[in-house]
Amino acid sequence: MKRKISLRINGKPYTDEVEPRLLLIHYLREVAGLTGPHIGCETSICGACTVMLQGRAVKSCTMFAVQADGREIVTIEGLAANGALDPVQQAFWNEHGLQCGFCTPGMIMATKQLLQDNPSPTDLEIRHGLEGNLCRCTGYQHIVNAVKAAAGKAGA
Amino acid sequence: MATTISKPETLFGKRIRRQEDPRLITGTAVYLDDIKMPGMHHACIVRSPHAAAKIRAIDTAAAAGRPGVVAVFTAKDTGHLGAVPCAASLPGLRVPRHDLLARDRVYYVGHPVAVVVATDRYLARDAAEMVEVDYEPLPAVADPEKALAEGAPAVHPEWPGNVAFTFHQEGGNIEQAFSEAEVVVKQRITSQRLIPTALETRGVVADWRPGENSVTLFSSTQIPHLMRTLVAGILGMPENRLRVVTPEVGGGFGSKLNVYAEEALMAFISMRIQKPVKWVESRRENFTCTIHGRGHVDYFELAARRDGVMLGLKLKLIQDLGAYHQLLTPAIPTLSVLMMPGLYKFQNVSADIVGVFTNCVPTDAYRGAGRPEATHGIERMVDILAAELAMDPVEIRLKNFVGNDEFPYTTPTGLSYDSGNYAAPLRKALEQVDYPALRREQAQAREEGRLMGIGVSTYGEICAIGPSPSMPAGGWESATVKIEPTGKVTVLTGASPHGQGEETTFAQVVADELGVPMDDVLVVHGDTSVVQYGIGTFGSRGTAVGGAALFYALQDLKAKVKKFGAMLLDAPAVILSGGSCVDERTGKSVSFAEVAAAAYHAKRLPPATEPGLVSTHFWEPPNFTFPFGAHVVVSEVDRETGDIRIRRYVAVDDCGKIINPLLVDGQVHGGVAQGLGQALWEQAVYDENGQLITGELTDYALPKAHLMPWIESSHTETPSPVNPLGVKGVGEAGTIGCSPAVVNSVVDALSPLGVRHLDMPLTPEKIWKAIQGGQA
Ligand code: FES
Ligand code: FES
Repeated sequence: MKRKISLRINGKPYTDEVEPRLLLIHYLREVAGLTGPHIGCETSICGACTVMLQGRAVKSCTMFAVQADGREIVTIEGLAANGALDPVQQAFWNEHGLQCGFCTPGMIMATKQLLQDNPSPTDLEIRHGLEGNLCRCTGYQHIVNAVKAAAGKAGA
Repeated sequence: MATTISKPETLFGKRIRRQEDPRLITGTAVYLDDIKMPGMHHACIVRSPHAAAKIRAIDTAAAAGRPGVVAVFTAKDTGHLGAVPCAASLPGLRVPRHDLLARDRVYYVGHPVAVVVATDRYLARDAAEMVEVDYEPLPAVADPEKALAEGAPAVHPEWPGNVAFTFHQEGGNIEQAFSEAEVVVKQRITSQRLIPTALETRGVVADWRPGENSVTLFSSTQIPHLMRTLVAGILGMPENRLRVVTPEVGGGFGSKLNVYAEEALMAFISMRIQKPVKWVESRRENFTCTIHGRGHVDYFELAARRDGVMLGLKLKLIQDLGAYHQLLTPAIPTLSVLMMPGLYKFQNVSADIVGVFTNCVPTDAYRGAGRPEATHGIERMVDILAAELAMDPVEIRLKNFVGNDEFPYTTPTGLSYDSGNYAAPLRKALEQVDYPALRREQAQAREEGRLMGIGVSTYGEICAIGPSPSMPAGGWESATVKIEPTGKVTVLTGASPHGQGEETTFAQVVADELGVPMDDVLVVHGDTSVVQYGIGTFGSRGTAVGGAALFYALQDLKAKVKKFGAMLLDAPAVILSGGSCVDERTGKSVSFAEVAAAAYHAKRLPPATEPGLVSTHFWEPPNFTFPFGAHVVVSEVDRETGDIRIRRYVAVDDCGKIINPLLVDGQVHGGVAQGLGQALWEQAVYDENGQLITGELTDYALPKAHLMPWIESSHTETPSPVNPLGVKGVGEAGTIGCSPAVVNSVVDALSPLGVRHLDMPLTPEKIWKAIQGGQA
């Protein structure tokens, strides 16, 4: 039995009929066509699927699409408004905070959350703030640099 | 025509942010699972839950009747196809036939048995649950030493004893070395099985195009061209009718340096159902069915004089191969043997490898591939010897290094080390940490009962893999450079980067050589219909071999550009400067774009010159390169909990000339993270019955941000004479240098308690027990 959901993603309205068991990440990727958020595990460990739901970072493999009915979502695709990169995106680029890029969309969304909660985090706070997001390529060091750089921007 | 001559700044050696990043940070890059095609179907693979079992029967009727299901395939359908290939060859190697789908027996948990194809991913998964396989479970063996024991279950019934091969190599006179030795130290050292865990799992999309009689295969791979050749072979189809495309690849680390059953299976299925089909590996499949790394049990014996001069090294190496050979499985431990002398100049070695079948997923190349195991072994043995002789581990290393005047240096394992200054990175690292002060602090700490350790590793590695004679299917690399009619430059590289950043470093090289802006350069890779044949990206070869091919292609092209420039300027000769051809006599110049247009419009041609500006070079390296370095780890162990705190991590790596220090640092950091993972946390654990206990990310301890120490990375630069760029390769250095430095540091911390050796991973439980038990 499909159910109808209506939500806003990156400021645009979406209405679709979905199966109740459809995971939000699959809805975003397969139905809404937003393939920026990635799937690294489907078991809520890796964080590659992180998006903003009502302004909070969530792992979109941990919830069903129907639970997002009536909500507001921002994915990585929604960050660069009018082609201008978000300061966090800019910082990841400048600081070489990515290699293969697979974790990056989730990492950037988790960073948005981190800086919202704590605009000038220490190294340790950054590392703990990103505990839920795995990166196999970078060893996290340039990611920490990127978050610091982005914090500097936001705080300035 | 402009007349100003500006000397361009060279980009070689600059920290330049990457060309590839804009698509990656905006979520617009296309990875395998992002590919969507009209009519695309989804495959789900039914896999064995048993490590060893006979298949009595497979009933697919219920699955085939499920909604959305279009087909279910078993070995009955695919039995006529070729087998999963092993490219490595060794004398007497036993090669079990590795069918795409199990016929009548399964050999490891995760062994593919059937494939269900449906219109939707969820429906395919639902139906896969309905495939009924009647198994008769058999005894399994998951530990290589147990597999060698008398009466162990035979993984392959035709080969009781489970030995796939034995291999002996020696150099010098090992008997004499041991008879002259004043001291011999022995140790069993393991390098546990690891799961590579690229964050993107594997995946394949196959698209059969009947009108063209061809298949396009999208695969998340490190080796598109080799895959084309090998998959065409499995399918029995002409190679030029198969096109392999690598989309954005979300990490590989060797796990995608392979040809797996799924590539041929999806191509076969697409041809059968006449529709595109997609398969994306789940994380559990990635853990149970994609290759693992390491899997060594090594028995070392090191002979030395009492003054610390090392004389010879013996190694008995037991390699856990798993149930089958994947592409390079049996070759990996032979790399360990090649590197067993490390950076030291003793000339007597002897090694015996036993390759052992187990009921586990195959091992194969994982970041470092054989060299981390070798380095871990020799670097642990040097420390054990130092402890035995009560010598400083630094002093003993300096005493035994190959000297700066000895290059090229021939090792007893038959390698020729290209260039080096082995003491330089060690001295630099020690200065950075103020080694004497640290030792004084340690003495003080010990008096207070604190467990503080200082560990050193001085590693060497084989990179730029490698000269073709050492490889099963070519070790060269290719590059094509095209100057387009508007003067923009397109590079087609046979390397297949997947995070390393060659779209940027290659553009730097092009910009320097041709004098064009980096933004005018596009680097294309990973499409066998677009790019000339190439070998791929692995073994720290992308820049060291692929970059050299690019360099030579550019030289040919520059010569041709100058001919056209001279023609246009009516000059006997011109120089290339600032993106223009310049007549040095008059200062007159023509721009790159003008030259390019002239070459394509071809109204006039220089003598004996063809139109167009394209050059292709296949570069065969004359040797490997041999990077080296020193890692120093300062650690503190908590007596109560066994927790290890890394106080400092200093890495001084010499990877030859550095094109982009920002990217090199990234490679070192990532490499060290994977080395630390092995040293402290990661381990693939199979139980007695061959069940993978660490089968999900929940159970396999990957390094996380808050667990990583700050890595203080710096370099010495000893150019390689092997290639014109002087680069050596850096993709694996961090991993190779790391684990012995960490373990040496922790063993040093625990040495007052009589601890002499600890095997990885150094979990708090293991450390706590060692503290409780004194001697481990
Ligand atoms: S895919 Fe959602 S946490 Fe990994
Ligand atoms: S950049 Fe590859 S996983 Fe983070």
